[in-house]
Amino acid sequence: MRIGVVTFPGSLDDHDACRAVAAAGGAPVRLWHGDDSLSEVDAVVLPGGFSYGDYLRAGAIARFAPVMSALIPAARGGLPVLGICNGFQILCESHLLPGAMIQNDHRTFICRAQRLRVENATTAWTSDFEQGDQITIVLKNQDGQYVADQRTLDELEGQGRVAFRYVVDGPGAPAPRTYDRFARRSPNGSYRDIAGVTNARGNVVGLMPHPEHAIEEGYGPTLDGLKFFTSVLKSVVNA
Amino acid sequence: MGIVVVDVMLKSEILDPQGQAVAGALPRLGFNQFTDVRQGKRFVLTVEGEVTGQVLAAAREAAETMLSNPVIEDVVSVRAEPQEAQSHA
Repeated sequence: MRIGVVTFPGSLDDHDACRAVAAAGGAPVRLWHGDDSLSEVDAVVLPGGFSYGDYLRAGAIARFAPVMSALIPAARGGLPVLGICNGFQILCESHLLPGAMIQNDHRTFICRAQRLRVENATTAWTSDFEQGDQITIVLKNQDGQYVADQRTLDELEGQGRVAFRYVVDGPGAPAPRTYDRFARRSPNGSYRDIAGVTNARGNVVGLMPHPEHAIEEGYGPTLDGLKFFTSVLKSVVNA
Repeated sequence: MGIVVVDVMLKSEILDPQGQAVAGALPRLGFNQFTDVRQGKRFVLTVEGEVTGQVLAAAREAAETMLSNPVIEDVVSVRAEPQEAQSHA
């Protein structure tokens, strides 16, 4: 299985994403933002980072990169695509996923192990989870506040398209920290505690936290991230 | 040389963390009368020659497709900068 990982100028986590693909048993294929084709990969990961410096809006310039001209129609046609952090922002800017990401409500960069609840375990990237599973992976961002209008949010909830939610209370929630002025709310102010969403078909998934940083003993809080990549390998086989 | 100015603001229902940071700092300088601050973006687009209707239309299209994200932002205005303003610049 060949899983493409796109590198934009300013991508940071492309190497870790390749490593995660390999750890799950896939063959990572490096794709470049200036490529006109996807090199016939079976799925694509848009990694985290600050593409083109994120100077206009996070992901706004990357959305118009040449590789996106190939990726957008392929994603609409069913190609599995996972956007992580900046990749999620790019998918929102591309309108492959609804909503948008703005600056964290507490205005500080956040970096911590974050507990999430899996809300949809039927997508190409989440099928190795069970709905309701709680996982802990890395969250690190500046522009992580997921926003959308009420109608869009209701539609996402109604169609089961909220893929992941931040666990903000109850057992397993992160302890409030002194710098975390919004500790009782989602870690970045995201509406309805949404951490990740999927398109209706379930092939395009975006989330703010980083599964690729939680795949290997000794690095990251857990190995929970590996299931994203094993999920997509199975979905490609079954496609 | 012609200039088109595009102003973009976050929609009013979207929280503006940058504006809030500014609003929080103003009272430290004694500015206590401002109850809220919203921060926007201004793009200044330069063309060779005059700003024609076609140039304005292209600027409007750029504003809607790239300079703003309609999910969170409004294009407040797209306008040609008057010539006299330019000569003072």
